[in-house]
Amino acid sequence: MKFTLSWLKDHLETDAALETITDKLTDLGLELEGVEDRAESFKDFTVAYVEIAEKHPDADRLKVCVVDTGSEKLQIVCGAPNARAGMKGVFAPVGSYIPGTDMTLKKGVIRGQESNGMLVSEREMGLSEDHEGIIDVTDQDPELGTAFAALYGMDDPVIEICLTPNRADCTGVRGIARDLAASGLGKMKDLDSTPVKGSFKSPIDVRLEFDKDMVEACPIFIGRSIKNVKNGPSPDWMQNRLTAIGLRPISALVDITNYMSFCLGRPLHVFDADKLKGNIHVRLAKKGEKLAALNDKTYELDDFMTAVCDDSGVIGLGGVIGGEATGCTDDTTNVYLEVAYFDPARTAKTGRALQIESDARYRFERGIDPDFVVPAAEIATRMLLDLCGGEPGEIVQAGNVPDWKRAIEFDPAYTKKLAGIDIDEKEQKLILENLGFEVSGKSVTPPSWRGDINGRADLVEEVIRVYGYDNIEPVSMPKLTSVTVNAETPSLTRARKARSAMAVRGMNECITWSFMGRDLADKFGTQDIQTAAQMKIMNPINAELDQMRPSILPNLIEATGKNRDKGFPDSALFEVGPCFVSSKPDGQALVATGVRSGSAGPKHWSGAENARSFDAFDVKSDAMAVLESCGAPTKSLQVTRDAPDWYHPGRSGVMRLGPNVIARFGEIHPAILDDMGIKENVCGFEVLLDNIPVAKKKTGPARPLLELSPLQPVKRDFAFIVDNSVDAETLVRAAKAADKNLISYAEIFDVYTGEGVEQGKKSVALNVTLQPKKQTLTDAELETVAEKIIGNITSKTGGQLRS
Amino acid sequence: MTDMSENIAELKTELTSIVEAANDLSSLEQAKITALGKKGKITGLMKTLGSMSAEERKMTGQALNELKNEIGALIGKQESALKRQVMDEKLATETIDVTLSTRPERQGHIHPISQTLEELITIFADMGFSVAEGSDIEDDWHNFTALNFPPGHPAREMQDTFFLPEDPDEKDEYAKKLLRTHTSSVQIRHMKENKPPIRMICFGRTYRSDYDMTHTPMFHQLEGLVIDEKTHMGHLKGCLRDFCEAYFEIDNLPMQFRPSFFPFVEPGAEVDIGCSREGGGLKIGAAKENGKSDWLEILGCGMVHPNVLKSCGIDPDVYQGFAFGMGVERIAMLKYGIPDLRTFFDSDTRWLDHYGFDPLGRPNRAFGG
Repeated sequence: MKFTLSWLKDHLETDAALETITDKLTDLGLELEGVEDRAESFKDFTVAYVEIAEKHPDADRLKVCVVDTGSEKLQIVCGAPNARAGMKGVFAPVGSYIPGTDMTLKKGVIRGQESNGMLVSEREMGLSEDHEGIIDVTDQDPELGTAFAALYGMDDPVIEICLTPNRADCTGVRGIARDLAASGLGKMKDLDSTPVKGSFKSPIDVRLEFDKDMVEACPIFIGRSIKNVKNGPSPDWMQNRLTAIGLRPISALVDITNYMSFCLGRPLHVFDADKLKGNIHVRLAKKGEKLAALNDKTYELDDFMTAVCDDSGVIGLGGVIGGEATGCTDDTTNVYLEVAYFDPARTAKTGRALQIESDARYRFERGIDPDFVVPAAEIATRMLLDLCGGEPGEIVQAGNVPDWKRAIEFDPAYTKKLAGIDIDEKEQKLILENLGFEVSGKSVTPPSWRGDINGRADLVEEVIRVYGYDNIEPVSMPKLTSVTVNAETPSLTRARKARSAMAVRGMNECITWSFMGRDLADKFGTQDIQTAAQMKIMNPINAELDQMRPSILPNLIEATGKNRDKGFPDSALFEVGPCFVSSKPDGQALVATGVRSGSAGPKHWSGAENARSFDAFDVKSDAMAVLESCGAPTKSLQVTRDAPDWYHPGRSGVMRLGPNVIARFGEIHPAILDDMGIKENVCGFEVLLDNIPVAKKKTGPARPLLELSPLQPVKRDFAFIVDNSVDAETLVRAAKAADKNLISYAEIFDVYTGEGVEQGKKSVALNVTLQPKKQTLTDAELETVAEKIIGNITSKTGGQLRS
Repeated sequence: MTDMSENIAELKTELTSIVEAANDLSSLEQAKITALGKKGKITGLMKTLGSMSAEERKMTGQALNELKNEIGALIGKQESALKRQVMDEKLATETIDVTLSTRPERQGHIHPISQTLEELITIFADMGFSVAEGSDIEDDWHNFTALNFPPGHPAREMQDTFFLPEDPDEKDEYAKKLLRTHTSSVQIRHMKENKPPIRMICFGRTYRSDYDMTHTPMFHQLEGLVIDEKTHMGHLKGCLRDFCEAYFEIDNLPMQFRPSFFPFVEPGAEVDIGCSREGGGLKIGAAKENGKSDWLEILGCGMVHPNVLKSCGIDPDVYQGFAFGMGVERIAMLKYGIPDLRTFFDSDTRWLDHYGFDPLGRPNRAFGG
């Protein structure tokens, strides 16, 4: 909301300085956005007299002029065709900034003639596109040295506030003045809304045609005919104000309606009465009815919208926009004034449905003053007669002012309880009264323009915002417990530990959109078409962001690709965030996801191992690290080969605890990478954090007792020839099963295929550690365990001990 | 007698010079054999003891033992010196170029959003708040209606909402699915499921249909809620003052509370912190040369609206309290000097390396940065 200082002072008698006013606005909740003081920006430009204007000796189109600025006489070179001796123009001295050309003026010599400034055109001042010639103000005959801003009515600072949607009363300058007056910054000036006597009976009647339960759509409608008006440009003062707040002056009749909106927060409409057919009917629109509106667009109406009609059909959308066919033009001589109250919710719904943003809608949907319909009609009539002349008819009133009065309990003690500040009851009462509230005993009636005030808490805000939020003393939160409690939820703890685990392993944390394109989502786990349809954003930013993500992998793979394109092909990225399964409250899963691509390190003197490519085992380790960090019993993990189809069919795995999948890992399927335009190998993993069982704590934080054997462990190596299809894990499990108490470690240290090993088979070497606990193992005992290991493995894998 | 002691003295001189002359380990070994070996010279003299008188044997034996010990110690000393010499020679050939770079290790980083959220949790946990969670996909009732946004109210348009298809299993406002525009919906769920006193924070992803220089369609919020019988606006101011001073690590940070409007609070306020924009940069907590601060808006807050309490089954005549909310990206940008909001979501490794945080240095109020 913008207004000018002089406009404010039309309503508020004050000698407060501009800065005092703007500070107070913010204190009151009418947050200052900015002040534009154009007198300051244009201060260099003044009126000057052209004494001499002679043809440039060396240029046909240029003139050498001598100008009198009132303080000095200067020679300038001017190219404008209208420059002539005896004229008055606007002079820009050397060193001034020319807004239209974005240049600072320098002293110059043009074809041998000195030039000490310039006479400017409107375009050079940034006022219009007019560059036919320099500004000519000879007719106005201003004094030399007059400020250009004053001459153009721009010496009035423009104030912009950020208006919150509850403050409908401040959509007009007068409402802002009222708040300032209540805060002690001045006195309200009177507004003349006495009735203007009509000299003839209205030829046009108004009928409200609503069913009983729809009356609130438009409870009151005032119409008034005014004959023999003369339309034309509105006066300079009005044009200046409208221009200052960013509106384009059109004609007096149109400007009056805009002025009423911004001055009094009271939108109204003026029809060209000669274009109206019969009487005015206000009713709900019929579905499919059409209106060609003033903004040159045609709208198809719906049956919840309020239509203003004449006998021929719809001529306006109540509270939103007028019709083109009945609008005023320069030739309009008879007008019909409409001042009505339209229901906020219906106006909002209409405006939103048709996507019409108008100054009228902005006000009606916030709720204009319901008691200010008749007075506004009189004020508008008076303004219209003042500016356009004419003969007013009698007012036609259909319907009645809706009942807006409501009583709220006046509870001064509640201010202390809620706001924590002691304000004397008398002072509270005075503040409310100054804001227009009626206080009687224990009851408060808010003024008609404050539809936003409905309860005790609202009254507290009114009192303290005028009294000053600054006066509330801050109090630290009382401690509830002497020691800080654990604030995290278990899933947050997991997410945090998972993040640490991955970052410590050299991965960078990313945060990516929760949505992606449907085609990508489909490649990474969309469950079925029905679910996918439920997870579609109906009004996405664009088609690449229209589906809630079923997986984080595609986002990280894309990020990998983008980093590669920028010249950084080696990346290890992760994200811990939501994936979406359904739109129900439990349809969201927390997933730790990571992606590695390129090489594990740069080329380095220390050897090739650093520069090897990431592979499935890197991401398997990542997934294991995440699981470990979250306290998953990783020793009981089962790894199987049934990873989802966005993974490489042979180089991927699934980790399970019992029947629950808790992680997936592997190379991303090359066909998918191909589709995504990624040329290099990418490995990824997903840990489903929600599926990790909560560790049971029978003993609380205590660990089981550590029993350290004094005896040295014994290591034994075995090698087996097994079928290629035999899983390493089967082998290790079989070995461990040989003696669970004695075998503390079993791991494969070599896998070999090739020469010396039959085709389709592999040689697998296993290192087993035996940890005796009570006494040193005898050779016979050792032999027994070894035989058991061999026996177990042979029977579980069909393999043979390699001799 | 005298012959014998003279012989021993001579032998000592001879053996000492042999040992000292040994300049490598093998000649030292040879010297050792010469002196102490089974056929060595000391051993040889020992063998003559049997033919001596008891008195003579005692004296000579003692002298020979002394000699044996002395020569043995000398050989040990010489051996250490020679071994050290050998090692030194070897070490001299083992020089590496210590200016070569170390083996590359990938340094991972925590995203500034995660870091900031953890900082916030630690501060608010100190003030007795614990975390509640909710889902990103919400319904119209929890996101708007319960928060005192009446259907069709223009306040709803302050937040451009992403909509999802209606849930056929639900009715009316509960069927209208959307992406939460704020985390306030978590407060609603928390109030419905818990009785006062309440002190909670909630945070997470929020969504608004806006994408330009200063808006992203997804961003993070952190909100707080206190409900009990006597928490008032003074506590709200105190809580947020304590928070801002702790978070920005600036004592006596200039702050301003000014009236504002959010449908779910009444009275409502916005909070600005003092800063200086002089010289092009932004300095939080600083004043301008004239002593006045510029103001920077950082959060919105207020006393929970009675209608919101009623929606959640809490009696507003008995209970009251405050709520506040802030944009996590915004306060992260301010504290850590990150200039562009959109870069948070670009996953550019250079950005992550530069603005990310060491995973081992996570926030903890008790420890230093």
